[in-house]
Amino acid sequence: MNPPFAADLNLRLCHSCKLSCSLDQSPDSCPRCGARLHHRKPNALSRTWALMIAALVLYIPANLLPIMHTSSLYKESSPTILGSVVQLWRGGSWDIAAIIFIASIGVPVTKFLVLTLLLVTVQTRRNLASCRDRTRLFRALELIGYWSMLDVFVAGLLSALVQFGVFGVIEPRLGILFFGIVVILTMLATLSFDPRLIWDNNHDHE
Amino acid sequence: MSYPSDIIICEYCDSAYHRPQLARNQKATCQRCGGIIARHRMLSIDQALALSVTAALMMAVVCFVPVLFIRVQGQVHSATLLDASLALAQGPIGLMALTVAFATLTVPILQVSMMTWLFAFARKHQRAPGFRWQMRALEALRPWSMLEVFLLGALVSVVKLSGRLDVFPAVGLFALAALSMLIIGLAGRDLPLLWNDAR
Repeated sequence: MNPPFAADLNLRLCHSCKLSCSLDQSPDSCPRCGARLHHRKPNALSRTWALMIAALVLYIPANLLPIMHTSSLYKESSPTILGSVVQLWRGGSWDIAAIIFIASIGVPVTKFLVLTLLLVTVQTRRNLASCRDRTRLFRALELIGYWSMLDVFVAGLLSALVQFGVFGVIEPRLGILFFGIVVILTMLATLSFDPRLIWDNNHDHE
Repeated sequence: MSYPSDIIICEYCDSAYHRPQLARNQKATCQRCGGIIARHRMLSIDQALALSVTAALMMAVVCFVPVLFIRVQGQVHSATLLDASLALAQGPIGLMALTVAFATLTVPILQVSMMTWLFAFARKHQRAPGFRWQMRALEALRPWSMLEVFLLGALVSVVKLSGRLDVFPAVGLFALAALSMLIIGLAGRDLPLLWNDAR
């Protein structure tokens, strides 16, 4: 037997404290924590689209501009994100190259693809298994979201460590700014999406 | 005032269930979408308070003690969490310095101090002054706490530099590792359960 939907029971979930609120008693705000109640997150689809497209646009300069500038007595270089992965790979640290590749390229690209998939398919009627898989994808997005900040932290830490001195200088460059903004925008996009929309067209379907 | 808290709702698909009786280490998942809808409490209030105080001490260590240091030809240079933010403040990317400081210092400091406050009162079976807004703030801050990512970043930095100079992990790095685990465990799991206890 399938469980009932909260909306059919005249109940609404408070997103802040997870209380099941009765719509008869308090239709607008949660009686326990005071947060505003919504049937679904407001304007979820247009907000998610907008934030994701903004992130996608800024992802171009994030990849084209150098993220760090390294100078020492022997050589100078200012690699882009992909360039720094290639440098590490050639230098023999394939493991670190893989970690940075996953965090800086794998995760953001996955987020763009999955968010697009969710947004495009959300209003179509699909079977139960498809709804379940897409909800699972959304939970994966929530989980991986902030790991892309890795490169920003590495840039900050390396620049803080390697200043002046005989061993050279490492400075952050503009690419890291765009990249950080991309990560924040994709996190906001994920937060503004409402996975319950996936199920809304399937109430009578089971 | 009583709430219909014998019913729980899945936040991913809006399915409603009667609150299940859970034993230790059990969790309940949604039949429809597979999301976790309820967990058994992992720690007693005493344990949670003890770990929040531990986290507060670790936070103090992380604020002032370097996470990494390097040594080249007798010269030693070290960096704390704050140094990493400040290093990004040079030049045109100051916004990232603020973001990094927010995600690795401001948010964790707020989380740790509010959790200690809330658990301390919960131990006396009371609701702390400011209970409601602090619980809401903690829920809103949770996605923006990024210490564990910084931890991985520090390990990556060690390997990146190790070919060229001597890099050593410092005490701060171990404190950072402990702190990030404590915050994940406390803020994500046991803290929301305070809503159900304290009246």
